[in-house]
Amino acid sequence: MENTKKSVRKKKSNFEKYNRFGYYFLIPFFVGFLLFTLYPMIYSIAISFTSMNGWQSFSDATNVGLQNFITLLTSTPLFMKALGNSVMLWIFTFIPQVLLALILAAWWTNRKLNLKGSGFFKTVFYLPNMIMAASIAALFGGIFGYLTGLANLLLQNLHLINHPFNFFQSVWGTRGIVIFIQFWMWYGQTSIVYIAGITSIDEGLFEAARIDGASDGQIFRRITLPLLRPIVLYTFVTSFIGGLQVFDIPFIMTQGGPQNGVYTLSIFIYNQAFAYRNYGLASAASVLLLIISAVVSILMFRGFRERVNIGGEE
Amino acid sequence: MEPKSMSKQLRARRTLIYIFFGILTLLSLIPFIYMLVNSTRSLVQITSGVSLLPGSSLAHNLQILKGYGMNMWQGMGNSAFISITSTAISVYFSALSAYALTAYDFKGKKIIYGFIIALIMIPGQVSMIGFYKFMIQLNLLDNYIPLILPAICAPASIFFLCEYISTVYNKDYADSARLDGASELKIFHRIMLPMMKPGLATMGIFGFIFSWNNFMMPLILITNQKLYTLPMQIQVLTANGGGGHVVEWGAVYVGVSIAIAPTILAYLLLSRFIIGGGNAGGVKG
Repeated sequence: MENTKKSVRKKKSNFEKYNRFGYYFLIPFFVGFLLFTLYPMIYSIAISFTSMNGWQSFSDATNVGLQNFITLLTSTPLFMKALGNSVMLWIFTFIPQVLLALILAAWWTNRKLNLKGSGFFKTVFYLPNMIMAASIAALFGGIFGYLTGLANLLLQNLHLINHPFNFFQSVWGTRGIVIFIQFWMWYGQTSIVYIAGITSIDEGLFEAARIDGASDGQIFRRITLPLLRPIVLYTFVTSFIGGLQVFDIPFIMTQGGPQNGVYTLSIFIYNQAFAYRNYGLASAASVLLLIISAVVSILMFRGFRERVNIGGEE
Repeated sequence: MEPKSMSKQLRARRTLIYIFFGILTLLSLIPFIYMLVNSTRSLVQITSGVSLLPGSSLAHNLQILKGYGMNMWQGMGNSAFISITSTAISVYFSALSAYALTAYDFKGKKIIYGFIIALIMIPGQVSMIGFYKFMIQLNLLDNYIPLILPAICAPASIFFLCEYISTVYNKDYADSARLDGASELKIFHRIMLPMMKPGLATMGIFGFIFSWNNFMMPLILITNQKLYTLPMQIQVLTANGGGGHVVEWGAVYVGVSIAIAPTILAYLLLSRFIIGGGNAGGVKG
């Protein structure tokens, strides 16, 4: 008896001793977080309440309270335009991307179809996502170049247009290209996420539905889609937050032009801060970006909780 | 009769799907093929027509690229240095953090985990200006440290590795090592790290590609041309092209090919890890 008691006590003290290492091993992460994320973020927020510009240091900058936010929201049309552009480009990218990804995922997971070569196709469709956005911007700049780019040569050869079309002088031409690139870079990734989601659904549900004589379309609408909802919601949020950060492609391709048609929120922040050195205004814009992202994420987690409740009822 | 007609219908559907896949495949590959082919063609050839056959002007185009005063090999070396070091740091420290969150029981563990997930959602641009100002204070502009060291804190990698470890972690291994008197750090190094290899490989590939492709941070922090990374060089190359003079597209395509080639090679060799990684990331959604 005594022996076991002793060993239990000993075990317990050992248990407590080594569990401290949980904290120790997290120290590097927290140091990195404090130095490279938290402090810079607080610093950015602090700068957003000042008129810091040029080569001013923080102590020289005057406190202007909420003035930067008021300026942005009431008298900076370019900011509103940039925000609007970012959201609009995202909507046009996200909708076709999700639709195609859902279709691809449904086909790939459909046992009746039993598609071959899915490894090859997944690899190919995912490929653009891996490539440096800067390079893709340069590449598409060439493909849609005026007079002699691939697109103009092909369209003329097919007699779809008589004269070369200058895509980068046209607002919707440029927007179309940016939207296409974003869609093209991300639909493969999204479809792979959905495939994983569908494969994690209990196979028995599909079988039961099939035995009951449900068609593929019915199974997809009634079983796959509702159970996939949290994952679609997840891609919605990550894609939205990613969409607000789109920078490389419009910046390298046209610097946000023509007529600021693809001038995004991130280009606005970058230019205000690093081209015009209006740090106060730029920081205020980045704080607004934080607020928007936080609100959308919180709404998503609400959505998750709802779904869990529904699952409980069933 | 009925099953036969069903299978006919099914076959037709499958054929249509394969045709559609073929179109998507072309869509994915044509830009890159166009780029590779044109990097070997002269300006006259590029601007006068489309071709799938390579030309003989690769050396000429490389020469022009050199004439832009840009050393792409140096850019590649710089990018490789930053990507390799930051990936090594992020893989090691993310594994350590993920191990801490999986193997030990301590107060606040769940809160810390939730907190790390919340961090994933915060856009990098939010802390960018403060980070830049902070680096000025530390006199670290034109230095690679701010591009490498922040990899210590990589919430997305930690999240992924936590999920990964929970599938391979077995407390008995750690406990028997403890009985043998191994230190906690030694258990992590000798037992856990080897067990996590596939997960670490996946995370490493993603980390490397993220860093290799990263454009905004180096753009802000680096001004010395000798320290330029590949994406920055590509930007200069495109800006040259957009300057209004005759664009030597052949040279641009050579430059872009050089920047992309390592990624495509790595991707083709390691795509199984990458697509599996995307999978694992998705299940958590």
